Amino acid sequence: MRPKKAKKIVFASADEMPIMIASVGDQTHNLTGAWRNIRPEIRREDCIQCGICWKFCPEPSIDIVDEWPVVDYDYCKGCGICAEECPAKCIVMVEERK
Amino acid sequence: MKKVIMGNHALSYGAMLSRAQVISAYPITPQTQVVELLSEMCADGSLAAEFIKVESEHSAMASCIGASVAGARAFTATSSQGLALMHEMLHWAAGGRHPIVMGNVNRSMAPGWSIWADQNDSLSQRDTGWMQFYCASNQEVVDTVIQAFKVSERLMIPAMVILDAFALSHTYEVVDVPDQALVDKFLPPFKPAIKLTPADPRAFGGLTGSEHYMELRYKLQKDMEKAPALIEETGREYEKLFGRRLELVDAYLCDDAEFLFVTSGTAGYTARVAVDELRKSGVKAGNLRIKVFRPFPFAEIRGILKKVKKAAVVDRNCSYGAGGIFYQEVKSGLYGIAGMPPVLGYIAGLGGRDITVDSFKEVAAHAMARDHADEEIVWIGVKK
Amino acid sequence: MIEIRFHGRGGQGTVVASKILADAIAKEGNWVQAYPEFGVERRGSPVVAFIRIDDKQIFDKSRIYTPDHVVVVDPTLVEAVDVTVGLKPGGTIIINSDRGPDHFPFEGRFKVRTIDATAIAVKHKLGSMAAPIVNTAIVGAVIKILGLTRLDSLTQAIRDGISIKPDDNVKAAEEAFEQA
Repeated sequence: MRPKKAKKIVFASADEMPIMIASVGDQTHNLTGAWRNIRPEIRREDCIQCGICWKFCPEPSIDIVDEWPVVDYDYCKGCGICAEECPAKCIVMVEERK
Repeated sequence: MKKVIMGNHALSYGAMLSRAQVISAYPITPQTQVVELLSEMCADGSLAAEFIKVESEHSAMASCIGASVAGARAFTATSSQGLALMHEMLHWAAGGRHPIVMGNVNRSMAPGWSIWADQNDSLSQRDTGWMQFYCASNQEVVDTVIQAFKVSERLMIPAMVILDAFALSHTYEVVDVPDQALVDKFLPPFKPAIKLTPADPRAFGGLTGSEHYMELRYKLQKDMEKAPALIEETGREYEKLFGRRLELVDAYLCDDAEFLFVTSGTAGYTARVAVDELRKSGVKAGNLRIKVFRPFPFAEIRGILKKVKKAAVVDRNCSYGAGGIFYQEVKSGLYGIAGMPPVLGYIAGLGGRDITVDSFKEVAAHAMARDHADEEIVWIGVKK
Repeated sequence: MIEIRFHGRGGQGTVVASKILADAIAKEGNWVQAYPEFGVERRGSPVVAFIRIDDKQIFDKSRIYTPDHVVVVDPTLVEAVDVTVGLKPGGTIIINSDRGPDHFPFEGRFKVRTIDATAIAVKHKLGSMAAPIVNTAIVGAVIKILGLTRLDSLTQAIRDGISIKPDDNVKAAEEAFEQA
């Protein structure tokens, strides 16, 4: 799993910055899960552990934990591609309650 | 008719009202809506133009050149990296004397990857032979496109109408959209003396030996020199019909000013607010906004600067190794002329960093405390 | 000059809300400037839009740092971002919520008003249940609470500017105007 709630890097001065934009931070601080209107839920009883959802997730917000796919809701934007691609149709998209 | 429109759509309306006959463009943030609206207008018949879809900006300009040489009024729009990709064709358009009008949304050049405003994209095309008009409001954008076509076609020199990313491109403002019948009265159809037509076959753009090239370029420069007077004349014609006009410079409270900001683009409007506030605190400030950068309005700038005690040029750009580009040009225009004031150069707002009223107050405080800058470039708002 | 900041999420029509409001204001002869946060908005991400209103031409092209009022289009943003940043003391915060103003912790420092724009949008079938488009309803409340324009200027702006379900959008704006 990736680090959560990493801080956005903002340099206080030009002196602290490198001369080029190279490895000066990542996007892990940006918890894009808050953007979600619908959430994927994986029903393990129907899952065939094929890894298609893991492969297709564009974010990528599906990790394989002990051979099972697990959605990382801190980052999943709810696009639904995993549910669309799942050959076993074991992923359902449910409305977020806000 | 008054409408609330974004700067990008002001470009589209300008092209539509000018009855552009060929539009060829490639979308790029933050210019995309220009092309979207024009393609809609072409699709629904409100604009009788041929819309040519292309795979790159280089091809967009090439299509416009082809259209223009065949006698069609051509329009395109781009930004930043897209303008840079057009670079070769920009020389071709101006050198070939094809009066294309192009909108350019000022966006910083990458890297760092940026979609925000500064002027280095258009200023990097300074020497291509295009006229460059910098706008400060959406009203100016639509008015300038229409006037640019007229000036362009009379001189057979292409023109770039330039607006800041987001601060104009995505900002909705009240715009008095000119009446089509009046625009038709102002801007006659494009009828070039020489064009590509089977009735009068010619070859365009052939090999030009050293016995001719220099004369062609001499004529381009000589016609550029006619542009300032023609721009003013065209502006007055436009003013009779619409009450607004294209000018070389916008001089705000310059007549009795002792201290002057020299600005361009939207920052040139924000500077007016700073001038008002400085005047309230007893500083006789003014703002000289340069609207036309090519041809450079040397005479107007000299005429206004000779009356002031000090001027501060605020550039939203940098020629690395030299400094602010407007600053370089203004100084070169004053060189060797007696009685000119000290001119200081400031750089602000690169990559979309905001230029606020306070930025101008900081410039004023710095400039008024000294006769000459200790350094060639004074940076405003940089985290040193 | 009045300066207002809108907080919403991409896809809710926050930018359209500011544009429709600008249109309504211009119809009454005032000068107006409306713009989205200068960024790359994505569906669901927090977005900000700004509007300046004056009875004379607006020359300041810089961003708004100290708004007079704030409009919160998505109530979840009250916890996600500080919607009061730069807000002038005594300014009004208008929140799209089914709760009353005293539910929000700004009372005292700022005036808080709420409008259940989501319920109004859902009732008029604007957008979907999961992602209702609340912009016309919220603007209906905003013009009344802040006294910005007449209702008929807004309904005309909606008819001019919104091609999808214009009648339902007008009804939503009218209902919010009534309730506010």
